[in-house]
Amino acid sequence: MEKQELKGKEIKLMKGNEALAEAAIRAGLDAYFGYPITPQSEVMEYLTENIPLRRGLVLQAESEVASINMVYGAAGAGARVMTSSSSPGMSLMQEGISYIASAQLPCLLVNVMRGGPGLGTIQPSQGDYFQAVKGGGHGDYKLFTLAPSTVQEMVDFVFEGFKMAEKYRVPAMLLADGALGQMMEKVELPAEGQFPHVIPDWATTGKKEGRKQNVITSLFIQPEKMEQINLDLQAKYKAMEIEVKSESINTEDADLILVAFGLVARICMKAAELAREKGIKVGVIRPITLFPFPTEVLNTTADRVKKFLVVEMNAGQMVEDVRLSINGKADVQFYGRMGGMIPNPEEILTKLESMMK
Amino acid sequence: MKTEEIIIAGFGGQGVLSMGQMLAYSALIDNKETSWMPSYGPEMRGGTANCVVIVSDSRISSPLVSKYDTAIILNQPSMEKFEKAVKPGGSLFYEESTIIQPPMRTDINIYRISALREAERLNKKQVANMVMLGAFLEVKPIVQFESILAALKKVLPERHHHLIPINEQALLKGKEIISEYLKEPV
Amino acid sequence: MEQFLINPDCMVYDNHPVTLTGEPFHYCPGCGHGVIHKVLMEVVRDLGIQEEVIGVAPVGCSVFAYHYMNVDMQEAAHGRASAVATAIKRVRPQNYVFSYQGDGDLAAIGTAETIHTVNRGENILMVFVNNAIYGMTGGQMAPTSLIGMKTATSPYGRDAASMGNPIKITELLAQLPGAYYVARHAVHTPNAVRKLTKAFKNAFEYQKLNRGTCFIEVVSNCPSGWKMSPVQSIDWIEKNMLPMFPLGDIKVPDPKTGDPVMVKNN
Ligand SMILES: Cc1ncc(C[n+]2csc(CCOP(=O)(O)OP(=O)(O)O)c2C)c(N)n1
Ligand code: SF4
Ligand SMILES: [Mg+2]
Repeated sequence: MEKQELKGKEIKLMKGNEALAEAAIRAGLDAYFGYPITPQSEVMEYLTENIPLRRGLVLQAESEVASINMVYGAAGAGARVMTSSSSPGMSLMQEGISYIASAQLPCLLVNVMRGGPGLGTIQPSQGDYFQAVKGGGHGDYKLFTLAPSTVQEMVDFVFEGFKMAEKYRVPAMLLADGALGQMMEKVELPAEGQFPHVIPDWATTGKKEGRKQNVITSLFIQPEKMEQINLDLQAKYKAMEIEVKSESINTEDADLILVAFGLVARICMKAAELAREKGIKVGVIRPITLFPFPTEVLNTTADRVKKFLVVEMNAGQMVEDVRLSINGKADVQFYGRMGGMIPNPEEILTKLESMMK
Repeated sequence: MKTEEIIIAGFGGQGVLSMGQMLAYSALIDNKETSWMPSYGPEMRGGTANCVVIVSDSRISSPLVSKYDTAIILNQPSMEKFEKAVKPGGSLFYEESTIIQPPMRTDINIYRISALREAERLNKKQVANMVMLGAFLEVKPIVQFESILAALKKVLPERHHHLIPINEQALLKGKEIISEYLKEPV
Repeated sequence: MEQFLINPDCMVYDNHPVTLTGEPFHYCPGCGHGVIHKVLMEVVRDLGIQEEVIGVAPVGCSVFAYHYMNVDMQEAAHGRASAVATAIKRVRPQNYVFSYQGDGDLAAIGTAETIHTVNRGENILMVFVNNAIYGMTGGQMAPTSLIGMKTATSPYGRDAASMGNPIKITELLAQLPGAYYVARHAVHTPNAVRKLTKAFKNAFEYQKLNRGTCFIEVVSNCPSGWKMSPVQSIDWIEKNMLPMFPLGDIKVPDPKTGDPVMVKNN
């Protein structure tokens, strides 16, 4: 009975981390590799409890270094595969991610960010924006980066992440934060088994009679070849621009635009509501894909609106991309909290008021 | 009701987080929008714990707010932190046995609840949080009472389902004592 | 006249060695970490080496060891304590250096550093607190979790076929020529605590000889992660942990030659 129910579409109240794990199972996850770290350990805990009753493989590795290389192996062998971690663990994975990007393997990476640098704190943060969108390891590569702001998006972006990863043969990153992982909201879960996965023909599945040998590698020793690989990657990242997504709220009549991603965007929406109650016309632009970045919408909005405030849970990272997008057309200011502190709507409002003076 | 923003705060182990989950589950059953945001981490071990619950008829923007329509306060440190965070005209419910310094504000509605005493009368200290929740719901029926009963099944792990009747009793007790309290001349 | 409430023979530690800061432990009731901290620091006091000791504690429940141990300390990334300790000892050979690591830290994520530190025979003391679980992160499976043990990431019990067997890294390390003194102790009884005290003393004394790594495993408990009362957890150590992780010396210096030799029956 319960099983039957799980197969259909369902509305539930779930924690972000658990919703993400459930979504992964429903998205036909073949394998998960991970290592415990707060505040996302519930992902693997949920999977170790549920996968044995359903389908897929879950393996607790001895470290994040091992996890990411397991992801490399499984992706290279054609599986739909993911890992998840939080900031310090994600740092350890960077070498492996660079290899995955170079070998052009699809996979889903999840970073439920916590405050850093170093061991830092387990409270929420957005301090890994640069690491995620600029390519955190060595070399020129990018991750298709999605920033959920609700528990529902923790579900939806698992599907979206796999879709983009497989369409472009790139690693996709779901960049969340500790609060999103721990909070509960209403989610609509899609039915299981609706998102089929075809084993790609480039995967190492055993060289069948008549087909060429398949090799997964990131080693291209001749510079000519390595440059060509880089050109191919860049062309791919360029092509990915059509997938850009953002949300604009009440921007049409706004005198000031708040720009924020993830949970902070929702805090900004509240701040904008409060501002409008006081007669200040504030709109919000929320980048949903962080790479590709919604440059276009920011740039065109800046033709009309001359004041922007970027709010982040870090010392100012996405603000650099906003400034590049707006390219001097408007005044772009920054407000940030760090180290696990979450900005509240009132403090953002105070900053907005000071900008409108 | 349009939107109700609630903070529930006390020590870890007082059932703060599960009270909030009950509200969130009931809101889900009533087909409302809801969010439940816990404090998490080592501070929960013996230290303070709190959660913010929002129940609304429309899409919830920020799941975190700094001013609340209702504060449900179960210990003194939380009183110090959150009394000032209640919106003017809002409500503050508090457990009388753990509060040394009662709230002083005059621009909010204050309800002193003896939840622990009532729970002890039911021979189950652990249901004090349900007495408190019952009292809150009598004053602010933001979710249907039947939904709260249904939510109990979701929040209590299956091995504790035999405790559902006592929890129900506690909820009803909460409703009852607040009705009497409201009759008292102020 | 002063009356002992406790039989003096059962006193395994006194109240305030100067080598502890006096800050109350944040550990859960009944947790072994507190006892191990105290024993280690009493030995440092008794040997009079407080000014020469440098400790390294990586992440794990004991990451805040520097709040309690009143000696110079460095915090280390998860798994890397022995690399950090190696470097401290190399640049300050005149100091006593120890690392204090959990099972997840030493035998999972830090396995490479652990093996190579011992293989190089670094002249440090490695204290390995084996509580068969990841305490700090909320009770996930550790490399030393027992077969059948239910944890947050082995909810149906640890299964050897898919999750491997509990690793006896101490026995493994004893095989390396760089290991000078290797033993396994516990803190679940006053007698066990006394033996551990002696072992820590030996280890610091051997460090002066520059003969190689001293490695002491301490079988400990995690009432919270094991979901038991402190008393039940002590019982569980006896019944389940010790058959898998037997106590005693594994490799010791020969009294005549001073060369390390494996202890028979181990
Ligand atoms: C790179 C990295 N991955 C994961 C973690 C999360 N983490 C902190 S402590 C720990 C394991 C703790 O277990 P153990 O070493 O056995 O120590 P105990 O708490 O049991 O004493 C983990 C996985 C981290 N801090 N850094
Ligand atoms: S979680 Fe376990 S190891 Fe950590 S302090 Fe508590 S009992 Fe000790
Ligand atoms: Mg451990």
